[in-house]
Amino acid sequence: MAQVFQLILQGISVGAIYALVALGLVLGYKATETLNFAHGDLVMLGAFLGWWLVVPQAWPFWWALVAVVALVALLAYGLEVQLMRRVIGQPRHVAVLLTIGLGHMLRGATSMAFGPESRMLEAPWQARALRVGGAVVAEAHGVILSAALLVTLALAALLRWSAAGRAMLASAQNQLAARLCGAPVPRLNALAWGLSGAIAALCGMLLAPITLVDASLWLVLVKGFAALVLGGFGSMPGAIAGGLLLGLCEQFAGVYLPDGSRELLPYLLLIGVLVVFPHGLLGETHGRRL
Amino acid sequence: MNRVAARWPLLALAAAPLGWLLPEFYLAELSHVLVLAIAALGLTVLTGWTGQVSLGQSAFVAIGGYGHALLLAAGCPFVPALLLAAVLAALAGVAVGLPAIRISGLHLAMVTMACAIVVEHLAGRWSTVTGGHAGLPVAQVQVFGQSLARTTVFYSACVTVLALAWALLAGLLRGATGRAWRALRDAEPAARMAGVPVARYKVAAFALSAALCGLAGALMAHQLRHLTPDAFGLALAIQLLVVVFVGGLGSLGGALLGAALVGLLPQAIAELKPLLPRTLALRTGLEAFVHGAILVFFVLVEPRGLVGLRARWSARPARRRVYARTERGA
Repeated sequence: MAQVFQLILQGISVGAIYALVALGLVLGYKATETLNFAHGDLVMLGAFLGWWLVVPQAWPFWWALVAVVALVALLAYGLEVQLMRRVIGQPRHVAVLLTIGLGHMLRGATSMAFGPESRMLEAPWQARALRVGGAVVAEAHGVILSAALLVTLALAALLRWSAAGRAMLASAQNQLAARLCGAPVPRLNALAWGLSGAIAALCGMLLAPITLVDASLWLVLVKGFAALVLGGFGSMPGAIAGGLLLGLCEQFAGVYLPDGSRELLPYLLLIGVLVVFPHGLLGETHGRRL
Repeated sequence: MNRVAARWPLLALAAAPLGWLLPEFYLAELSHVLVLAIAALGLTVLTGWTGQVSLGQSAFVAIGGYGHALLLAAGCPFVPALLLAAVLAALAGVAVGLPAIRISGLHLAMVTMACAIVVEHLAGRWSTVTGGHAGLPVAQVQVFGQSLARTTVFYSACVTVLALAWALLAGLLRGATGRAWRALRDAEPAARMAGVPVARYKVAAFALSAALCGLAGALMAHQLRHLTPDAFGLALAIQLLVVVFVGGLGSLGGALLGAALVGLLPQAIAELKPLLPRTLALRTGLEAFVHGAILVFFVLVEPRGLVGLRARWSARPARRRVYARTERGA
C-alpha cells in the first residue's frame, strides 16, 4: 500500500512536468494553430541558461530562475513577432517545418555556446526528502508539484480575470470575431507565445536538477505531445489532466509491466489515443480543426 | 511533365560512368546522396502527392535495413533480399497506413513521429534479433559476380535502384493513380465525390512510400556495414522531411536536389571549417545550426524549395506543373 501511495506521489510530480510542457504547447497552439516543435528546445535552452547563470556566473538560484524565465519568454515572444506570423495561412506543414528548423538552430546554438557535454545543476532543494503519510518523496518532486500548481492557477486567473486573458480566450475561439471586437489579436498571439516560452523555461529549470543538463532534454517535447493528446488536443485543463495521467501511467508501468515498457509507454499511448479516441479526455467537441 | 520525367532517368544513366571517373571518397559521398534521394522519393509520394506529413519514415528505413541485413545473414542473395526488404517495409507501411486513414495533419505527424521512436526503441531492445545497441554486422555480398564492398559497384547499385524508382514514380504520377493522389491531397471530399476510393489510395501511398524507404534502408545497410538503432532515429526522419521540403515538395527532381544539398552539407561544413574563426569551428552543434538555418530560410523565402528557386531564376516563365500544390488562400 505504501508503495502504491509512493508511486502515485511520484507519478503526479513527474506528470506535473509533462503537464507544464503540454500547457505551454497548448498556449502556442491556441495562438498560432500550429504545434511548436521547438518547445522542447526552449526547455533545453532554459536548463542550459540556468546552469550557466548558477554555476559559472555564481548567481543565486532564484535570481537565475527569474532571469532565465524572462529571457526565454522574450525569445519566444520575438520568434512569434518576427517569424511565426509570416507563415500563418500557408499549408500547415510549413509552420511545423519552421518550428523544426528553429528547434535545430536553438539546439545547435546551445551546444555551440555551452559545449555538448552534460552537466549537473544543483538546486536549493537538492537531496532532501519529505515524508508524506507513509511515503518518502524527494523534495524536488514536491517543488515541481507546487510550481505546476502555482503556474496553472496563475494562468487560470490571468485568463479569467484580466482583460488581456479574456481577449486571449476569445481569440483562441475565433480570431476573426475577436479582431472585429477590437482585440489586438497579433499582440495577443505573441503574448501567448511569450507565456509559453516562460513556462518552457520554468520546466527546464525544474527538470535540470532531477536529470542532467543535456541536449537530449528537448525530447521532453514528445512526452508533452503524449500528454496533450491524452488530455484532448487544444484543451488546457485536458493538457494538465493528460500530463498527470501520463506521469502516473509511467510510474506504474515501471513497476508492474515488463522491463522497457516504461520508456515506450508514452509513445504507444500517443499512437493509441490518436487512432482510437482522437478527442482524448477533455478534447474540443466542436469538431476537428485539422 | 512527360519531357521532364523522361529526361531524369536518362540523366541518371549518364551519371553511372562517373563511378569510374571520380575518386572513391567523392563516390561514397555521392552514393550517400543517392540513398537519401531514394528515401526522399518515398516521402515525396506520401507528403508531396497525398499531403500526409510523416515524421516517421525512419521507421521504414530501419525495417528495410534490418530486414535486408537479416536476410543476407540467412543466405539470401542480394537482389531477392533487397526486394523482400522493400516488401517487409511496405507491410509495415500498410500497418501504419490503415489506422492513419482516420487521422491527418498534425495528428498524423505526431503518430508517425511516435512510430519512429517506438521502432528505434524496439531495435535497441530486441537484441536477440537486431543485435541491440551492440549492432548488427552486414554481410558483404556479391552482385552479378562483383563485390558490393567496392565503392564503384555500390554506386552503380544505387544509381540503378534510384532510376527504377524514379521511372516507377514518374509513370504513376502521370496515370490515374497520381491523379487520384493529388485529388485527395487538394480536396478530399471532392475526390470522394468523384469516386476516388480515398482510404485505399491513402494506404497505397503509405505502402509505396514505405517500400521505397525500405529500399533505401537496405542500401544504407551496406553503407553503414554495422547497423545500430541510432542510425535510424528521429533525426533521420526529420532529415528526410527537410530533404523533401528544401528540394521542393512534390517534385521528383526536387527530392534529388534536396538530397544533394542535405547529404553533402556535413562534408561542405567540414571543408569550410578552416575558413571559420577557430572558436566557432571547433564547436559541435554547427551542423545542426546550419541545418536548421537552411530550413528556416526556405520556409520564409522560398517555400517551393530549390525547384522554386530555379524557376525564379530561369528567365522563361515557369511551366505549369500538374503536380504542384494548388495555392489556397488563408
